[in-house]
Amino acid sequence: MHTPTGAVAQRPFARRLLAATAGLAFGLAAAAPALAQDTIKVGILHSLSGTMAISETTLKDVMLMLIEEQNKKGGVLGKKLEAVVVDPASNWPLFAEKARELITKDKVAAVFGCWTSVSRKSVLPVFKELNNILFYPVQYEGEESERNVFYTGAAPNQQAIPAVDYLMSKDGGDTKRWVLAGTDYVYPRTTNKILEAYLKQKGVADADIMINYTPFGHSDWQTIVSDIKKFGSAGKKTAVVSTINGDANVPFYKELGNQGVKATDIPSVAFSVGEEELAGIDTKPLLGHMAAWNYFMSDPAPINKEFIKTWQTFIKNPKRVTNDPMEAHVIGFAMWVKAVEKVKSTDPDKVIDALPGIEAPNLSGGISKMLPNHHITKPVFVGEVRADGQFDVVWKTPGLVPGDAWSKFLPESKDLIGDWVTQKCGNYNTVTKKCGGA
Amino acid sequence: MFMINWAASHRHAGTTGMRAFCDRFTALVPALMLSLGLLAAAMTAATAGPYEDALLHFTTDSFTDTTDGINGVAASGNPLAAAVIGALQEGRLSFSAEAKRVFFRDKSDQLIDAATGAPVTGSPPADLATVRLNNRLRGLVQAAMGSLTLMAPDPAKRLEAAQAVFKSKDPNALPTLDQAIPKESDARVRQAMIEARAAVMLYLDSTPEADKIDAIAVISRRADQDALALLGGLPASASPAVKKAASDAIASIQNSLAIWNAVQNLWYGLSLGSVLLLAAIGLAITFGVMGVINMAHGEMVMLGAYTTFVVQEVIRARNPALFNYSLAIAIPLAFLVAGFVGILIERGIIRFLYGRPLETLLATWGLSLILQQAVRTAFGPTNKDVSNPSWMSGSFDLGQITITYNRMWIIVFTLLIFVGLLALLRYTRLGLEMRAVTQNRAMAASMGIKTSRIDALTFGLGSGIAGLAGVALSQIDNVSPNLGQGYIIDSFLVVVFGGVGNLWGTLVGAFTLGIANKFLEPFAGAVLGKIAILVLIILFIQKRPRGLFALKGRAVEA
Repeated sequence: MHTPTGAVAQRPFARRLLAATAGLAFGLAAAAPALAQDTIKVGILHSLSGTMAISETTLKDVMLMLIEEQNKKGGVLGKKLEAVVVDPASNWPLFAEKARELITKDKVAAVFGCWTSVSRKSVLPVFKELNNILFYPVQYEGEESERNVFYTGAAPNQQAIPAVDYLMSKDGGDTKRWVLAGTDYVYPRTTNKILEAYLKQKGVADADIMINYTPFGHSDWQTIVSDIKKFGSAGKKTAVVSTINGDANVPFYKELGNQGVKATDIPSVAFSVGEEELAGIDTKPLLGHMAAWNYFMSDPAPINKEFIKTWQTFIKNPKRVTNDPMEAHVIGFAMWVKAVEKVKSTDPDKVIDALPGIEAPNLSGGISKMLPNHHITKPVFVGEVRADGQFDVVWKTPGLVPGDAWSKFLPESKDLIGDWVTQKCGNYNTVTKKCGGA
Repeated sequence: MFMINWAASHRHAGTTGMRAFCDRFTALVPALMLSLGLLAAAMTAATAGPYEDALLHFTTDSFTDTTDGINGVAASGNPLAAAVIGALQEGRLSFSAEAKRVFFRDKSDQLIDAATGAPVTGSPPADLATVRLNNRLRGLVQAAMGSLTLMAPDPAKRLEAAQAVFKSKDPNALPTLDQAIPKESDARVRQAMIEARAAVMLYLDSTPEADKIDAIAVISRRADQDALALLGGLPASASPAVKKAASDAIASIQNSLAIWNAVQNLWYGLSLGSVLLLAAIGLAITFGVMGVINMAHGEMVMLGAYTTFVVQEVIRARNPALFNYSLAIAIPLAFLVAGFVGILIERGIIRFLYGRPLETLLATWGLSLILQQAVRTAFGPTNKDVSNPSWMSGSFDLGQITITYNRMWIIVFTLLIFVGLLALLRYTRLGLEMRAVTQNRAMAASMGIKTSRIDALTFGLGSGIAGLAGVALSQIDNVSPNLGQGYIIDSFLVVVFGGVGNLWGTLVGAFTLGIANKFLEPFAGAVLGKIAILVLIILFIQKRPRGLFALKGRAVEA
């Protein structure tokens, strides 16, 4: 499966049948001009087929772009970087298999990949056993800090909690009643658990919180949207906090729009809806509904304008959008390059020790820093949907928010911290002063 | 024109001299035909009044200042206030921070100076930016528009205004309402205004108790969710008698809403059932009539949806005026595309596998993966934007339930397809031959029917109908390569539950499942509701393995 230039694309059954056409898509992967012996290999572990391809393909492309750009600058430690692309096909056990293949067979120096939490959990044992590095670029539920993983996406305190704070503020509408709607899996469940604890701590009564879960890919939202309307007609300002996952969002927003739920009456704020997802919807009826992220494509920072230009040139499509997880890869990759150059080695142990404290510019004009708990500092933005499918930033945190690996609002994790610098422990209990959770 | 602009841009330096100049200017050139309103606006512009001060708030790009701007402009009484607030609401208000001037675009896209109401000639300032809103401001703008447009000449505008006041409960609108109600000729608008007035009175602390109770009576006659919201949100400071009247009203509204709730569940059930039927009806042919376990059925639906996408793209690029007809154009094309692919599949793969269900299942499963990936490679993995034509967007209220147009048309479309298919099978030669082949292949062949041709056409027909389903589903679901996967399991459930080989069974099965699901969902939640339905079907199949409407007689053994 090695192409002449060394870039690898392992394909599942369906891919192989389509090798001829699929080969075209991988032409980019093969573009890195380098000889096999004097390159540093970087693994890219994102689904290019199956349900998650919709989100993950873009991340594969952005990694290829970053590697190409780095090579233009002369690579790292005098060597060219070489991308090794594999396709775990949205199949969670296959993620572990492909990760093992990347580390043992291709001997990659680090891996950038995964989207869903279950795929991250499935590759975790492999990275621990073979001692390699994973950069995970997606917002997630937290409650984890592993030595081999660097979390460049948002922890709940970098997305969900600030968004709720905004909705409670005067500008956000002084919300008193809350609908927590999510897809039925680990990220929404944990996030909603944290939010529920947080809201109750803020004095919100049980009767003012409605929690609703729907299956993956739910497409008939009539009942739920009319339930939300009913819940919102109790005379108190109501808002929807949505952890609804990818595909189910389009029919959800269409139903909101068609049933006439306006953002001025019942606003919704989403944690999984970005520019890419909105590209598939007519956004006019959604004006004013919100999303909370650490990056929006509409950010006016010069570094962002530059990034968008590079990206659209690379992907040869002047209309392609950028999104938050892409920015996470930009930061993560820059941090990895800096750490490798600092220790003058790609040895995972040395790089893991060097990464905390490394700083890299984010795309909204600030400088993000890797923390001892392997999360990073990020600004938090709340954006309102505009008619052109972009977001208008209406609120942002005053500074950068450091990511908490463990939530302060859950009783089982409130005393835990992740600290890989002094304590060398991912779940250090600050009360009992012991490593290993409670 | 230039003079007026010039005067406006120097309005802070406004002097009597300039006003005199203005006077002379307009007197000298009466041919300019400036409307009286414009002239008055120009005149006040020369001396900075409250309106001009309020406008300045829009030039700082801060939400707090914009709040002051909206309140100031709305209270100024300036004839341009409604135009400015209306422009703000629709994103047509812009400002130049450098020149400290505010502009709006009118309906014909002409840039107008907000201070004077005069059109801008020459090039506008370079740093022109739209005044931004957030949700709180949008609410404020709505309320302001309500008060400002209560006397508008267009009854639709007045209705909108009255509804906005009903929501905002803005006491400033009270004098205008009192003026407008006796003059109002349109009964619907009048009723909305009376309700708006009641809402304002109810929330005004100074209203006497008896008037508040009257207001509650007016509002409770609406008997809808907005009335509930209004009554439920009464401040804690209300007197006990008012509170009691409100809670009685709430109880009676909730009683009447409970009945509507059941009607609403029934409607939602019909709607879900129609979607299930739409997805399953093609399968009822390929699986039900031909006995082919076609796992690629969902992908035929997807091809139909992508055809709709391509049609809309072409229309957008070539002839946007045709957009409202895009679905009508997509329907025959989707049928042909999916039907053609279906015939190819039958000729290329399935005809070699008749009588070997397991291999058919595996082959079509593989095929579904290939089709998905092919579409992903051709169109990219992201969702495609298929828009609703205007006649399929929005909703209307029937009593206390909201009926969305897209769902309603899908029910109609589904029933049309169903009737059309029944007619085709019953009254055409093709239908006759199809029934003959599926009932007794050997006998049909000996009567001179080309069975292999009929097989291909039947499969093509089933696939084509799946393509039609794709056109409809593109209106309510994602258009992505995974579209079909979400429907394949449900489709098989419907066909098996309804009885294999019986179209009426599929119809009854789909609507039964849809309605049962929608009545379970409010109690059990979407996840448990789905599980419960699955368990019920498994139990039902144990009792009646051939489904609701089992075929009897010799056809069963064929």
